[in-house]
Amino acid sequence: MTPILLIIPLAFAILTLLLPRNWARATIIPGLVLQVGAAVLLCIQIYHDGPQDYALGDWQAPLGISLIADGFSVTLLALTSLVAALCAVYAQYFLTRYPREQRYFWPLFWFLLAALNGIWLAGDLFNLYVGLELLGLSAVGMVALTAEKTTLKAALDYLYAALFGSLAYLAGVALLYGAYGTLSIVQLSEMAAANPTTQVALGLMTVGLLLKTAIFPLHYWLPPAHGGALAPVSALLSALVVKASFYILALLWLDVGALAVTVNAAQAMGFLGAGAIFWGSWQAFQTRQIKMLVAYSTVAQLGYLMLLFPLAIGVSEAAAHLAWQGTVLHLLAHAFAKAAMFLAVGTLVLALGHGRINDFGGVSQRNPVALFAFGLSAVSLMGLPPSGGFNAKWLLLQSAIASGQWHWFVVMVIGGLLTAAYVFRVFRVSFVQTAKHDIQETHPALQFSALALALMAIGLGFASEIPMSFMNLTDFTPSPGGSP
Amino acid sequence: MSRSLRIAAAGIVAFGTLYALILAVLNAPQMQVNLPQQVALNLEQSGIDHPITAVLLNFRSYDTLLEVAVLLVAVVTGLALRERDALTAHTEQARDPMLHALTRRLLPLLLITSVYILWSGSYAPGGAFQAGALVAAAGVIARLAGYDIASRADVLLRLGLALGFILFLTVAVSAMFGGRPFLNYPEGWAGSLIFLIEAVLTFSIGLTLISLFVHAPGDSSPRGGDDDD
Amino acid sequence: MTIDLWYAIVGSIIVALSVFAFLTSRHLMKKLLAFNIMGSGVFLIMVGLPQHQHGVDPVPQALVLTGIVVAVSATALALVILRRYVRAGGNPAP
Repeated sequence: MTPILLIIPLAFAILTLLLPRNWARATIIPGLVLQVGAAVLLCIQIYHDGPQDYALGDWQAPLGISLIADGFSVTLLALTSLVAALCAVYAQYFLTRYPREQRYFWPLFWFLLAALNGIWLAGDLFNLYVGLELLGLSAVGMVALTAEKTTLKAALDYLYAALFGSLAYLAGVALLYGAYGTLSIVQLSEMAAANPTTQVALGLMTVGLLLKTAIFPLHYWLPPAHGGALAPVSALLSALVVKASFYILALLWLDVGALAVTVNAAQAMGFLGAGAIFWGSWQAFQTRQIKMLVAYSTVAQLGYLMLLFPLAIGVSEAAAHLAWQGTVLHLLAHAFAKAAMFLAVGTLVLALGHGRINDFGGVSQRNPVALFAFGLSAVSLMGLPPSGGFNAKWLLLQSAIASGQWHWFVVMVIGGLLTAAYVFRVFRVSFVQTAKHDIQETHPALQFSALALALMAIGLGFASEIPMSFMNLTDFTPSPGGSP
Repeated sequence: MSRSLRIAAAGIVAFGTLYALILAVLNAPQMQVNLPQQVALNLEQSGIDHPITAVLLNFRSYDTLLEVAVLLVAVVTGLALRERDALTAHTEQARDPMLHALTRRLLPLLLITSVYILWSGSYAPGGAFQAGALVAAAGVIARLAGYDIASRADVLLRLGLALGFILFLTVAVSAMFGGRPFLNYPEGWAGSLIFLIEAVLTFSIGLTLISLFVHAPGDSSPRGGDDDD
Repeated sequence: MTIDLWYAIVGSIIVALSVFAFLTSRHLMKKLLAFNIMGSGVFLIMVGLPQHQHGVDPVPQALVLTGIVVAVSATALALVILRRYVRAGGNPAP
């Protein structure tokens, strides 16, 4: 069952590459239905039977590569399928204005999805490297599609950051293989001890993955790339792609290298996160372009993910558990909300013909659905109830209190206020001022796919139990302690 | 940032990297798993006599499948960034008799070497990627000598690029219909199937590298950008 | 010291040198070259370090082959985007 989730996107990548344009378009919806269906079936299977290992080619790890489907990976698989499906529905209508880009968007889209599914399921460190490269290259290809000077520069910066990051990761893999003789994650998490080789390997991999996740101060490439790409591409990149390298980072710190990481290092990761929250929010508050505002908001929101490390390493088991649940919920809520926000903003930019925030007057009358979707996703980003974002931040705050780390509590509260500050800039302009220019009608599918994603971000506030029950089905929960 | 400050910062980072890497290399603990031994024990079952090819196309064939996908992503982006208004090929080089004669003698030689490298992959160093690189070298030489090897039909070009991947994926999936795991080879067929996959991969990899070269934006991209079906 | 451990140390030196080059050079082409050289250094560590203990090991050799193909794809993609960027009037040495 498990490899079906790799076969579907790979097969559809080839189909959309080879078929004539109209036929290729016709395969999108069946492909998405298959993909979502397979993800849901796998979720049900894991829910009933518990985590599963799948030995590819019938070669057991460490000789072969195994796929690991546990509660965390199926949650992410389901998230990926849902977000990607709605982004694809949006892209079908959005790309009618871009006939040339459309030809190559779909193969890259499916390869991107295959890479994401591959990363969630991987049980092997080197396989994760190949998955990261597939993900990075297809993401860069999607950014470069429009072939304008600015997006090409953004794509180049993104590509260089991605390549440098993966090489640093690969150097860590080389050291770990040289120290333990295996690449299997399950085996390494049993063997990896606190010695210089493991710590240097983890350090190199962490730097590489921080660069790929665009954590402050290594975030320089993200805003131009996410802000300059086509709207459905930006949504996929911000909602899903940056999460892949974070997932590997969490896997390394809390599972593979749990015995080798130190509390001080975890606190340092938290400070990077705090830097990301403040700097990203401040830049979002300053920028004039709406898409850059959303991109900088991604920089800020990724900072909350970094708080997992100080909140879960070196604290009591209960506090670590809360931090872990809050982080997963934040990851899910941000994915839905940010995808919704980029799609909504893409629609508004299409309607207005420009992205200058100060000239956003009047969109509230002509594009109410898109603006409503923007508002709902903003509610989740700010962490207001009821929303997935609220539940996530509530759990994280509780965890900070439980472990007595008040400085992270303060960071999160200020972060919420800053988010409100930059989001309300948009509302102030779009409600108060009247239209200066013509505002075009946009296709309802564009507005409603954004709304659907935003409603999911809100709905997660009521249905947080579902991902939480899946999280209990994973053996990769933070171990209390770490080494002092 | 001023230039000297930049150099100083880079120097510190580089020295830090060097120190950390040397420290890690010299302090590596005794390995607890002996993977080469496991490879040797299972080599006979893999259907391939050469351990590296066995690892690449049997034990860790999933890595190789994704790696072919990476190549495909690169070439798809390369095709997407072709220029429509590119200059037509300059063909005067082909009239140079020396170049013409040399190329005509070199190309068959390169192709034969590539077939040899492909064949030797099952018992000695060699295999699809090395052979594909030679095919690509032949293509690049032909292109530089002025032969027009750009594909006339875009659909055929895309099919050729994807052919290796399609075959690999089909073989991998077909195992599941027989109730065996993804990427498993049927008993007794592993050797021949791996050779077939490698042969087709050689063609596709060669074509991929050639298209990346021929369609690269820049000085000469013959009738570029015709991406209608 | 075995020859394999020596490979790993030389690999470390190459990685450090290319990190320096990557950070100091402005031209995007030079950065790409630095990336490729850094890749070679990592591959040397990857093959040298495990072979230092277990003798010839086909697994890291196969991994390096995969790594090379991935690096070739990435380099080709970078060159295509870089040339298109220069054709669009971009400055390759910002």
